[in-house]
Amino acid sequence: MYELFKTRAEAAGGLVHRFPTGAEALEFLLKSLEVEGTPAVWAGGSFLEGCAEQLLGAPIPGLALSVTRENAKGARVGITQMDWGIADTGTLVQDASGVEQRLASTLPWTHIALLPTRNLVPDLATLLTKVDPARSRYLTFITGPSRTADIERVLAIGVHGPERVIVICIDDLEGGRP
Amino acid sequence: MSKAFDQSITKALENPNLGGILDRWNYPATRAKAYEGVDFEALRGEISAIKGEAAGHLPELADQFQKSAEARGAKVFRASSPQAVLDYILGICQSKGVKKVAKSKSMASEEIHLNKFLAEHGIQADETDLGEWIVQLAHQTPSHMVMPALHLTKEEVAEIFSQEVKRPLSPEIQGLVKVARKELREKFFEADLGVTGANIAIAETGTLVIMTNEGNARLVTTLPKIHVAIVGIEKLVPRFADAAPILRALPKSATSQLITSYVSMITGPVPNDDGTMKDLHIILMDNQRTAMAADPEFKQALQCIRCASCLNVCPVYRLVGGHVFGHIYTGGIGTILTAWFNELKTTEDIQGLCIGCGKCNEVCPGKIDIAGLILELRRRLAKKEGLSFIQKSALQIINNRKVFHAMLRAASIAQKPFAKDGFIRHLPMFLSNLAEHRSLPAIAPKPFRDLFPEIRQPKGGGKVAFYAGCAIDFVSPKVGVAVVKVLNQAGLEVIFPQEQSCCGIPHWASGANEMAALAAAHNLGPLLAEDVEYVVTACATCATALKKEWPHLLQQQGMGGLVPKAEAVAAKTVMFTELVAKLIQEGRLTPKDGMELQSVTYHDSCHAKRHVGIYKEPRAALSAAGFDLREMNESDTCCGMGGSYTVKQPELSMGMLKRKLDNAEQTGAQYLCAECPGCLIQLGGGLDKRGSQLQAKHPAELLEDRFKDPGDTEG
Repeated sequence: MYELFKTRAEAAGGLVHRFPTGAEALEFLLKSLEVEGTPAVWAGGSFLEGCAEQLLGAPIPGLALSVTRENAKGARVGITQMDWGIADTGTLVQDASGVEQRLASTLPWTHIALLPTRNLVPDLATLLTKVDPARSRYLTFITGPSRTADIERVLAIGVHGPERVIVICIDDLEGGRP
Repeated sequence: MSKAFDQSITKALENPNLGGILDRWNYPATRAKAYEGVDFEALRGEISAIKGEAAGHLPELADQFQKSAEARGAKVFRASSPQAVLDYILGICQSKGVKKVAKSKSMASEEIHLNKFLAEHGIQADETDLGEWIVQLAHQTPSHMVMPALHLTKEEVAEIFSQEVKRPLSPEIQGLVKVARKELREKFFEADLGVTGANIAIAETGTLVIMTNEGNARLVTTLPKIHVAIVGIEKLVPRFADAAPILRALPKSATSQLITSYVSMITGPVPNDDGTMKDLHIILMDNQRTAMAADPEFKQALQCIRCASCLNVCPVYRLVGGHVFGHIYTGGIGTILTAWFNELKTTEDIQGLCIGCGKCNEVCPGKIDIAGLILELRRRLAKKEGLSFIQKSALQIINNRKVFHAMLRAASIAQKPFAKDGFIRHLPMFLSNLAEHRSLPAIAPKPFRDLFPEIRQPKGGGKVAFYAGCAIDFVSPKVGVAVVKVLNQAGLEVIFPQEQSCCGIPHWASGANEMAALAAAHNLGPLLAEDVEYVVTACATCATALKKEWPHLLQQQGMGGLVPKAEAVAAKTVMFTELVAKLIQEGRLTPKDGMELQSVTYHDSCHAKRHVGIYKEPRAALSAAGFDLREMNESDTCCGMGGSYTVKQPELSMGMLKRKLDNAEQTGAQYLCAECPGCLIQLGGGLDKRGSQLQAKHPAELLEDRFKDPGDTEG
């Protein structure tokens, strides 16, 4: 399922990486931040809570751990933790009822999405049986970067949302609401 | 047809950008790729069942949606008219001091002309979908439901943006998109209120589903503190799970994507970034939709999911774009929606754009009979407004066999000064444009009905009745002779009931169903007079009448007593190639040995492929008889003939013909074959005019010397 997810997400213009442990994922994430640039905002989630101490011990310059409309607007990178992935479309799914989740995944140029590998589902119909709209009031589905073909049917990336989407799948990460 | 409308078509045809973009996109191929591994028929069966069920229960679903959404804290407003929607939104703006509005794409808001109304009240509404923003800045209307600025070139967009940002911009698409990002980013932040539409509204949960690729709907629903969603009630579906098939089909059909970049499912208000709760208003707009649902014919139009695939495959839309449709909704489904959301009379001109080829029906994920509904509009218009005197007289004459046939015989003599080799290439004065791009067929000196008695046929085998149709009878009698010859080679005797006359399709296609039913009634007796194995027709248009439409027409026009007879004819009717393929398979026709291999490209007539489903049989028959089949690009796209369409819309007809002939010539085949005398008139005339090496032939003409005589097979 992971292989299909990766193929489809990359066909939609995203980048997908996978790590067995949170520690390795964090290392990659911090390296990605150096490449993608700062300022960056991180909109919380169980992974951040798990490694917060480690991060706060040596604060990363330019990385804000609370998200506002102003700092998200100026950010190069936004980091969020997703709840599910849909394999056959390469889609990330998140309960984005918290506004900071949407600010961080929409306004910056690059979106880094953390995903528990175990929360991949085969298709959309399966996903719809896992979520409860009464509890998850704003469900967000993201597949690749923001795109348009409104001028002469020519594809252009990064219209209102991110130009780059980097997905980091973490095998030992819990989370999501099954 | 009004003069202004005529001029808008000419203007659109002169704009090369309109025709070019959809062709460069190559929608049929990209769509097919997106649907790879998907059972489209099953998927659209699911969607049409869900949407059909919803269309039958709109008031109940609206009640349920309202209850569910209100239970989660949304405010739901039910509006029957556009004005009620406008007043409600203005009320919110005035009570909350809203000065600026940011919108993501909403056809419902276009339908009610929201931007103009708000501007009149001093409120600025900015479109944030790139295409919508371009169209707004250019003071135009969308030309396509999914890609609103499809009609504009990058140079035009650069000019429009240059005026907006007050500096010169180069026509470079990636750069222009970044300019839009920068300009619109501020508008999201400044807006007091965000307006969206919805792709799906789920009654069970009170959920709105919004799909975008740019991400603007996410910002419109996140940054402003007030969110107003305008939702046409045809977007309602009963259950949460019902969203899945629509989410699967819509992006594939609309933009050939597996899924859009973003999907948002909103169920009640969520907190804003300052801790307050979103002020969420959902407007369920009727505007004629329940009236549509109450109409047994048009109820199915509510199964539309607004993918616009009917525009993308329409041979007319592909030539002229959306603006000739004159209103917000364009293309095939747009013609139907305009008739209801505005009034029937407004579609008097645009319904005439439809050539009835049925390409739209084939791709519609809502399984709507779009071409059939446009024909139904035509019928209602003809009933309400009446046909023109000339049209009505012509159709009446066709229905009087003796007068009609006498006129055709007279025409055969009168045309002599203009006709040569079966074609009329030049006509004097006001008729000259008819023969400008395509030579016209000449009426044959002797009709098939006069040639038939001279043919010597084998006796004692099975019998088949031949229904020639007017075109074979009077224009291409040699096709009829070839049909008889081939069937004789299978040992069959052909009978030709002399009392047969026009099949009624010209009347039907003009919306004159009562005259079409009379034509059907006239033919039943002659065709059933003798006990025959088959009724054979070599004309796809006639086949549509005999195999499919006659029983419906008779039922509809109060002649239900004749339906059993019409059904008996329908059950016996076969197309010529359908029968030939069968006879070859049964060993009753045997191809001769050692025939020269010749190459042919096959044009699928709309009637044959989409009305009676015959497209494999002619290919099988031709291949078995030793022809090398070379498939052309878009073999089943209309050639532009469409009966009287070629006279009513000559420019569009010629635009379609040009594409068809280009595709056919590219195969390098010797023959262009079609089992439709109407198509052959169009194709042959076009080839003659361009002096092409390619020859248009009926399958009967190609097959007539290809089979052994019954005596040969025995020996």
